[in-house]
Amino acid sequence: MTHILAAGHNTGTNTDFVATETVYWILAIGSVGAALGMILVRRAVHCALMLAVVMLCLATMYAMQGAPFLAFVQIIVYTGAVLMLFLFVLMLIGISSSDSIVETIKGQRMAAGLLAAGLLVLLILGIGHAAIGPATLSNADAGANNLPGIATLIFTTYVFPFEVTGALLITAAIGAMVLAHRERATPRPGQRDLAARRLASGHLAPDPPPGVYALHDAADRPALLPDGTTSDLSVSSALSPRDPNETPRFVPADETLQITAETGGREPDPVTPSGRADS
Amino acid sequence: MTPVYYVALSVILFVIGGVGVLVRRNAIVVFMCIELMLNACNLAFVAFARMHGNLDGQVIAFFVMVVAAAEVVVGLAILMAIYRARRSASVDDANLLKY
Repeated sequence: MTHILAAGHNTGTNTDFVATETVYWILAIGSVGAALGMILVRRAVHCALMLAVVMLCLATMYAMQGAPFLAFVQIIVYTGAVLMLFLFVLMLIGISSSDSIVETIKGQRMAAGLLAAGLLVLLILGIGHAAIGPATLSNADAGANNLPGIATLIFTTYVFPFEVTGALLITAAIGAMVLAHRERATPRPGQRDLAARRLASGHLAPDPPPGVYALHDAADRPALLPDGTTSDLSVSSALSPRDPNETPRFVPADETLQITAETGGREPDPVTPSGRADS
Repeated sequence: MTPVYYVALSVILFVIGGVGVLVRRNAIVVFMCIELMLNACNLAFVAFARMHGNLDGQVIAFFVMVVAAAEVVVGLAILMAIYRARRSASVDDANLLKY
């Protein structure tokens, strides 16, 4: 890290310059490749991993450019918190949710490509005309003074935006709580209601555990009854029950966790002869 | 190494993020591409701060990060609410206001 930090200040020898160039090109190719992968892979999880690669590359670049504070904030806030939030929501929505390749608007991809090419040409022309001088070094740019310099700026010149940022964060937190909150449509069942429901069901004993008398005691193997049939009660309704005497096989995530947009439910497992009645 | 290299890289990343926003259908992936665009802007800010030799650009990049964090929190909460109602995270399915 210190080496990379030192590489940011290319005032010294030629080897420093070569090291900076090498690190830059490695990071640039890595980040552009990962960004291209982001828009090309179909699985959202792979997308998130590609985004992590881009963010780590950018964090290293910040460190190379005399911004160690931003480099660490990038790693902690982006790669740590924001990306974790993305993955968390991905797990909630469905880990195997992948994009459909169907183009819903005709010619949309072609138009998007043309727009992107136009934007690229526009930006490159603008930058080509701008006079971007060489890096000027100042005392505040150096590694040791970076953090005090930023703190001074935040709490003097930018103190009002900083306070507004605090209000924004509070608003965002409250907004997320309000949006994620769900009112109960029915009153919460108490102990008495649950007992009455169990009595009314006619099945007083606890449900049988999975895997009883079966070849495997995995949670998705239903218990075998004395006559050799399976008991659907023994498998959680969140799982799809399998043949208890079958050897385990590799199940691709697509097959078990496919979430269909129409029904919103799970597709019946092809191995199971009949779907569960209560699912 | 002049800052123009970093600015060029940030332009490329920004355009790639823009293409992702336009092309992808999964709302979470669209969000990730927006994050990519914000990151590209941050890289340009840091590069220009280094060019000018002061720290203002880094402070702005810091503010961009804070705003991006708040935006992700609210955006993902909206996404969760839509997913609960419509059982889909695709941007094509949220078309109630279409007609």
